[in-house]
Amino acid sequence: MGQAATRVSLGSLFGVFFRLGLLSFGGGISAWVHREIVDVRHWVTEEEFIAGFALGQILPGVNSTNLTIYIGQHLRGAIGAAVALAGLLSGPFVVVIAVGTVYRYLLGMPGFAAAMAGIAAVAVGMLLRLGIVFARRVKWRPVPALILAATFVAVGLLQWPLIAVVAVLAPISIAAAWPRRSADA
Amino acid sequence: MREGPLLALVALLAPLSIGSIGGASSVYAPLQHQTVDVLQWLTPQEFIELFAIARVTPGPGTMLATLIGFKVAGLGGALVATLALFVPSSVICYLVARIWNRYRGRPWHQAFESGLAPIGAGLMFAGVVAILRLGAAGPLWPLSWAVAAVVAALLTWRSRLHPFVLLAGGAVLYVAAYAVAG
Repeated sequence: MGQAATRVSLGSLFGVFFRLGLLSFGGGISAWVHREIVDVRHWVTEEEFIAGFALGQILPGVNSTNLTIYIGQHLRGAIGAAVALAGLLSGPFVVVIAVGTVYRYLLGMPGFAAAMAGIAAVAVGMLLRLGIVFARRVKWRPVPALILAATFVAVGLLQWPLIAVVAVLAPISIAAAWPRRSADA
Repeated sequence: MREGPLLALVALLAPLSIGSIGGASSVYAPLQHQTVDVLQWLTPQEFIELFAIARVTPGPGTMLATLIGFKVAGLGGALVATLALFVPSSVICYLVARIWNRYRGRPWHQAFESGLAPIGAGLMFAGVVAILRLGAAGPLWPLSWAVAAVVAALLTWRSRLHPFVLLAGGAVLYVAAYAVAG
């Protein structure tokens, strides 16, 4: 693999993330980014994307912006990270302020709140589907399967602190994936 | 524009940016406490309204900070608030990504990548549950669980389906459901 296969121009990096930022009604940005960057443009591989998503979750910050920084850095270094993030946030910046100035009027419109709730629910479904894509890529041996289930139960259902859960599970998971001298490594 | 509110925005949001491990859900509670109870920039009702707007408009839901900045200090406040919330965490992420991407291809890197994959998947499912919980207070909340499941199934079977079709469908379905439910 090595370096990114395609040399992506800063202009198209900005343009793509600008579009993704504006499309992501109701959230679900990670799903939009995955669709465009992995499925359509093949700028990063599925494995790279999943690793970037996991890193972004563990680090401070929102996972969608962290994912954007990770991809921008991977493709074009520091300037790429800055350009991708600026692209992602500049469109929504204008929209959120525009809506913020007229929201009392919008909230009074019949059906507005309902339509927004429907859009948000669909966006959650897009993220759920991305989780399924991730899960399919996991090597279905006992340890990875248990790690996946334990992460979900501990963070999602029991609402234990994410960082503590990852601090315990990640070393186990990485150790289990460590290349063996004699075997397939 | 006075300097006071801008500095106050930075003092509030930059620490939140660094401390927001676990993503958006770890930002909302302290943000609400500070802006409503401590600084009294917003009424509780205003906070809920701005939260709802930031969630449905494009971009991260934490652009709630942009709206708060706008309310406190106009356009300059919006810009300062956005930078204060997103830049500090992004710098940390950039540094980690740089190290991470430099060692791509090494055997230990492969092990880290494979080892993080099930954790990433588990965290994604956990995140979905967290978002659905956030909205669980509203009417018709079981519908959002059902819609999320159906959308995920549709996209899994027909990955070429454009999400806009589904987003529009969700909006129409909810308008109808709210009308029926009164």
